[in-house]
Amino acid sequence: MADPRVNGGQSAPPRRLSWNDPDVRSVVYQVVAVALVGIIGWFLVSNTLHNLSIRNISTGFHFLGREAGFAIGESPIAYGPENTYSRAILVGILNTIRIAVIGVILATIIGTVIGIARLSKNWLVAKLSMIYVEVIRNVPLLLQLFFWYAIITEMLPGPRQALNVMPGVFMSNRGIKVPAPTEHFAFDLAAIGFLLAFVLIFIMVNLAKKRQDATGKAFPVYRGGILLLVGMPLLGWLIGGAPWELDVPKLQGFNFVGGATLTPEFAALLFGLVLYTAGFIAEVVRSGIQAVNYGQWEAASAIGLSRSQTLRLIVLPQSLRVIIPPMTSQYLNLTKNSSLAVAIGYPDIVSIANTTLNQTGQAIEGIMIIMAVYLSISLSISVFMNWYNKHIALVER
Amino acid sequence: MKLLATAAAAAALVFVAQGAQAGATFDAVKSKGFVQCGMNGSVGGFGAPDAKGEMKGLDVDLCRAVAAAMFGDANKVKHTPLTAQQRFTALQSGEVDMLARNTTQTLTRDASLGLIGAGVNYYDGQGFIVTKKLGVKSAKELNGATVCVQPGTTTELNLADYFRANKLTFKPVVIEKLDEVVGAYASGRCDVYTTDVSGLASTRATQLPNPDDHVILPEVISKEPLGPLVRQGDDTWLVVVRWALNAMVEAEEYGITSANVDEMLKSDNPNVKRILGVTPGGGKALGLDEKWAYNIIKQVGNYGESFDRNVGKGSPLKLDRGVNALWNAGGLMYAWPIR
Repeated sequence: MADPRVNGGQSAPPRRLSWNDPDVRSVVYQVVAVALVGIIGWFLVSNTLHNLSIRNISTGFHFLGREAGFAIGESPIAYGPENTYSRAILVGILNTIRIAVIGVILATIIGTVIGIARLSKNWLVAKLSMIYVEVIRNVPLLLQLFFWYAIITEMLPGPRQALNVMPGVFMSNRGIKVPAPTEHFAFDLAAIGFLLAFVLIFIMVNLAKKRQDATGKAFPVYRGGILLLVGMPLLGWLIGGAPWELDVPKLQGFNFVGGATLTPEFAALLFGLVLYTAGFIAEVVRSGIQAVNYGQWEAASAIGLSRSQTLRLIVLPQSLRVIIPPMTSQYLNLTKNSSLAVAIGYPDIVSIANTTLNQTGQAIEGIMIIMAVYLSISLSISVFMNWYNKHIALVER
Repeated sequence: MKLLATAAAAAALVFVAQGAQAGATFDAVKSKGFVQCGMNGSVGGFGAPDAKGEMKGLDVDLCRAVAAAMFGDANKVKHTPLTAQQRFTALQSGEVDMLARNTTQTLTRDASLGLIGAGVNYYDGQGFIVTKKLGVKSAKELNGATVCVQPGTTTELNLADYFRANKLTFKPVVIEKLDEVVGAYASGRCDVYTTDVSGLASTRATQLPNPDDHVILPEVISKEPLGPLVRQGDDTWLVVVRWALNAMVEAEEYGITSANVDEMLKSDNPNVKRILGVTPGGGKALGLDEKWAYNIIKQVGNYGESFDRNVGKGSPLKLDRGVNALWNAGGLMYAWPIR
């Protein structure tokens, strides 16, 4: 529609197509742009297919349904060589998500602590965290991964000489073995109780806030929260019949059997990614805190808040607005950097898609799968962080 | 880094000009003046740098032979070290002209990768290596073992097949770079390392700190005909690579060595005369100089010389000729006649 202001709000006269009409021009430009993109896309696709066919390279995603035939070292779901390529790729995706989720949580915790420590009044603490940040950020991540992998596989003894650090816990170059609960529905109940605890905590925090607003009385939310987090799973476990059997790892043949394992590959990748990303997150947190006007500290101390209360209640909430956007990109970096796993043998999506593309020879499809997976993960993180950013943004009244 | 390389190669497949077709590789190699050869780069004896940094090995000699046939100069080769995962994409996308990289010839690779095998320069089979102190005498005792293996190889598939067929379990540790996977085995992260027996021998002789502490188990669980690969679509080029290999084997059969090749030019044997181009025709048919085979033998040597120097008794690997002996000595090396 033409701008109504031009005709003083009157309905526009019947229009003629003219190059001088900005609406016509913009429509034409957009049509041309879309057509150009379409033509380039069509050219790329058809040229690729043509080239692949004259080279007798098979194309398409039919291979996904075929038997993979290779084994994978660790998998959150059941997988064997007799499964299909698509299941193998699913294993890779889950492994990538696993390292990304655990990595992001740990890196955030460690990074925040170090970021705050850099601003500590204690000279030693501040300098140590500065050295950490400078060293970690300036050594390439790949080298750090090799370093951690070497530490774990070279320093720890073989399974037969495994260090028995606690009853049932063994450390060797095959990983850390810990006792794991055997299959029992009581443990499922405990897991449900754990999730339920989060819901209850959420409700409790809201109620406590309302009560404090109304009566000024504070409710011990921290103690209550811890109580819920411990109590709810315990309750579920008790209702389930309080089973005691644990699957304790035993040395049998070449290696330990039973229990749960933290493999050297996963551990090295996790250490590397977490410590590396924490260095960057520390800087993000430090700059976020410094971005909060110093007057806020003075005002808080004037009303009698302690330094830690000021940090927790006044400064950190305000600095979050500065911290969240760069934090998002650190989370994305950590996720993408997890692809270096291929160098130390953790079966992430890149490693498995690479093996797949190599066994089938279908490089383009393999790379497309890798790109689609990373794109989806990255967009999900971005969407979530943008939502969170909006949620905490300054509301102007 | 690895992902980047593969992605770049895949992108190259997307963008390659449509004109690249039959005859193109031969012409392209001729006009650029050297052979771009994809090889392993870290398997001593087959393709790895020596103390001076020069690439040496059985596979490298094959590349040099192709260069000698093409240009009369075995040094007109540029090497591209490739991992098991990079090799096919690198060849498909034209980054290299040929692969001579201990690669197994299989149906999939001929039928759906757009590649074609040009012969076999080493008959091999897959085996297992373990440390002696483990006390294992047979692969059948490996139930529950942790096995180091390189991804994207036939080895990886044979391994899963073998354990499945024998109802054994195993934990794989899959690391892409050979040095890293051998490092994982050496540090004890794995109980077993598996690859082709020649590769095991090479690893034991050149990469493990105490070779005598390791034993190669007697089971050979697969056939691995290793040989050069080229892209489909240029038969002229395929034929040059195939006959460079044939010429080396044929030369050994007729007793022509790099030392006596000049003398042999005066030989009365009609076969020797044909091989060395004294009787013309063979080289022209290949689109090459009549002295093509002479140049190979003079500069690279015959198959037996190359074998002894790189992997046989004259090398640290000390591999037996075994099935790689000539056909008339009880082996499988049987060159098609040069006539």
